[in-house]
Amino acid sequence: MQDNEPILQMTGIHKRFPGVTALSGVSFRLFPGEVHALMGENGAGKSTLIKVLTGVYSIDEGTVTLGGSKVAARSPLEAQALGISTVYQEVNLCPNLTVAENVFVGREPRRFGRILWKEMNRKATELLRERLHLDIDVTLPLQDYSVAVQQLVAIARALNISSKVLILDEPTSSLDRGEVEQLFRVMRKLKQEGLAILFVTHFLDQVYEISDRITILRNGEFVGEYPAADLPRLELVSRMIGKEVELLERRIRGEASAADRTIPVAAAKGLGRKGAIEPFDLAIHQGEVVGLAGLLGSGRTEAARLFFGADRSDQGRLELSGAEATSISPRSALDKGIAFCSENRKTEGIIEDLTVRENIILALQATRGWFRAISRKRQDEIALEYIRLLNINPPDPEQLIRNLSGGNQQKVILARWLLTQPKLLILDEPTRGIDIGAKAEIQKLVMTLSERGMAFLFISSELEEVLRVSDRIAVLRDRRIVKEIAEPDINQQNVMQAIAGG
Amino acid sequence: MLNRKYLPVIVTVGLFLLMFAAGSLRYDGFFSFQVILNLLIDNAYLLITAVGMTFVIVSGGIDLSVGSMIALTTMVSASLVQEHGWPPGVVIPLVLCMGSAFGWLMGAIIHYFKIQPFIVTLAGMFLARGLCYVISLNTITIDNPFYTTMAQTKVRLPGGDTVSISVIIALVVVIAALYLAHYTRFGRSVYAIGGSEQSALLMGLPIARTKILVYTFSGFCSSLAGVVFTFYMLSGYGLHAVGTELDTIAAVVIGGTLLTGGVGFVAGTFFGVLIQGVIQTIISFEGTLSSWWTKIVIGLLLFLFILLQRLLSAKGRQAVRT
Repeated sequence: MQDNEPILQMTGIHKRFPGVTALSGVSFRLFPGEVHALMGENGAGKSTLIKVLTGVYSIDEGTVTLGGSKVAARSPLEAQALGISTVYQEVNLCPNLTVAENVFVGREPRRFGRILWKEMNRKATELLRERLHLDIDVTLPLQDYSVAVQQLVAIARALNISSKVLILDEPTSSLDRGEVEQLFRVMRKLKQEGLAILFVTHFLDQVYEISDRITILRNGEFVGEYPAADLPRLELVSRMIGKEVELLERRIRGEASAADRTIPVAAAKGLGRKGAIEPFDLAIHQGEVVGLAGLLGSGRTEAARLFFGADRSDQGRLELSGAEATSISPRSALDKGIAFCSENRKTEGIIEDLTVRENIILALQATRGWFRAISRKRQDEIALEYIRLLNINPPDPEQLIRNLSGGNQQKVILARWLLTQPKLLILDEPTRGIDIGAKAEIQKLVMTLSERGMAFLFISSELEEVLRVSDRIAVLRDRRIVKEIAEPDINQQNVMQAIAGG
Repeated sequence: MLNRKYLPVIVTVGLFLLMFAAGSLRYDGFFSFQVILNLLIDNAYLLITAVGMTFVIVSGGIDLSVGSMIALTTMVSASLVQEHGWPPGVVIPLVLCMGSAFGWLMGAIIHYFKIQPFIVTLAGMFLARGLCYVISLNTITIDNPFYTTMAQTKVRLPGGDTVSISVIIALVVVIAALYLAHYTRFGRSVYAIGGSEQSALLMGLPIARTKILVYTFSGFCSSLAGVVFTFYMLSGYGLHAVGTELDTIAAVVIGGTLLTGGVGFVAGTFFGVLIQGVIQTIISFEGTLSSWWTKIVIGLLLFLFILLQRLLSAKGRQAVRT
């Protein structure tokens, strides 16, 4: 693998934007038949490097050679023609078209301008079966399939354009464990066939599972290229963030804590919703962090949404501070001190065209009613206070939120809900897609606030994170709460066992 | 298994058959092939317009200018033929070019300036309607022999039933559109753009060309509908085809096309137009009902279809493996 020539070589790449240097002197090599992980925190320059490579941005300085000859793609289309294909986190296909069309659209087999559907369906079936081990009905619309399958179809499309280099940009963010396995099997197979794969992800486990080599970027600079086997995890992380990791100790709190365990802030009694989550009991007390662990699709979000009234329950009841809450809606939940921070930051969380200040104020203003406007002076005070408290960067309340990084957007949303001073804050995947530094800050914040008496329902796909922050963990499997684990039994082994079942 | 995506079209066809059967049971003389042909004769212009509109809506857009374009076509045709003595052989290609150019311009504005189709075509609607009155405030009656011949010629079908030349034109348009939608790259690109414009762009499809062509095609269809409408009315008038854009959209939606784009069938549109026609026919057979009942029934049907589509797409999401 290492002895042959690299298929792709980027040398001394510089890219400047007005006011910022996004990449300075970055080098990157990719060999045929390897999976190469590109690592770095948000803002390290991963996306910029990929965009430079795929022709979205032009290169200021430096050279790219592909298969020995110098290339400079000026658009994603040109890059594709050269043999560099990209599959993005959000599947960029048309959900309304059939699977076969999604593989071939724009390059359909034709005779005299007439599309040959039969041939197209046959070719698509073959391609998916032989190269991706995917045996599906290609005449159904893409939207009938799961995200994982859609991602594989996107890869099939890329391969069909005789790809030499395949870039997978955060392909696993919305896949569950089984689906990730499926994707990895395909990646291993393609690797054996000699394809060069550039893999970007936030999940360390996955990096070590699939990658042969790792290139680390930090602040737009090249840190180094290492064989994955020779780079211990801790070293990888410390190289990524450039300092020794401040590893958060898992909280262990004695019974003497200030938490009031008599009347729960919120208690579900046989609460359930058909097709979403089986009836369950779950109580959350003041000052307590209850984690929901389970695989994607196990019903974590569905359970959380019932607490907030985002979905209507059809079984059981919900008690808030001891009183039964009938037909709760997000609005009445807010009134009763429950806030919900959704997992879809982009679609359900931030309002892209508003400033940081406006985004922070939103929920507070809504609870006060729209006719009692918060004065501009007060708004500025609040915004600055929370920007300082949560360390939001850049610390400018008038910046449009869309210009912030994912982690900082998440902090703004947190600020929004904290401002309403909820008794219970539901956090659904609060750290997804954000860098390690911001992740740690958010975890720390949850712990600090719970010590002051706020209750949390904490959902995350990262088990380590749930383990770290939770006082109690409810484990879900197949849309059912299968086990509740409390101190002193909280450890990875126990939780994994409950998730896996048996 | 039956593909779920055809369900709205099947419902439309079923509904048409049901209404036709109901009319046949209730009224003497309703059950005949000629009644169906009459539906086509009276609605040929609507059918042609709706075919163009189907492409626009599938691409995720809307075209409000079609009714005004029909009126403008009748007006320009009548004025040139009647008042200036131009030969129809020149006038008809000219108005078709005019309609296409008008559509092309709107498409270019929509795409390059990234303005919502609703507002651009609304402007186009006012503009075209207004231009009619620049030509004349009154009706211009046409007695040119070519137009009267086209209006009166009956094409005899085997079996003795007759259709007008306009119906033939409309059916040719439908068949051409079926081919265009399902067997050409242009057609599939329209569906792709309607499904996700961003994805279509990243998949390397020619977005600009396709979008502009869609509006050009709609402009062409509405001016062709205007020509057919001129045959039908034998006059040019600024108040012709008022509100036709909405009838057209209704026909397309009843035909199973999603207003959000990406899903729809020309065949569905064909039956959507026939359903509108059959409602009109039933009401005229009934005799005592005001013709406004047509609107009421169409309104109810629209509600029904929008709800049906909502339910179907909700089911679709559930069908996805969880």
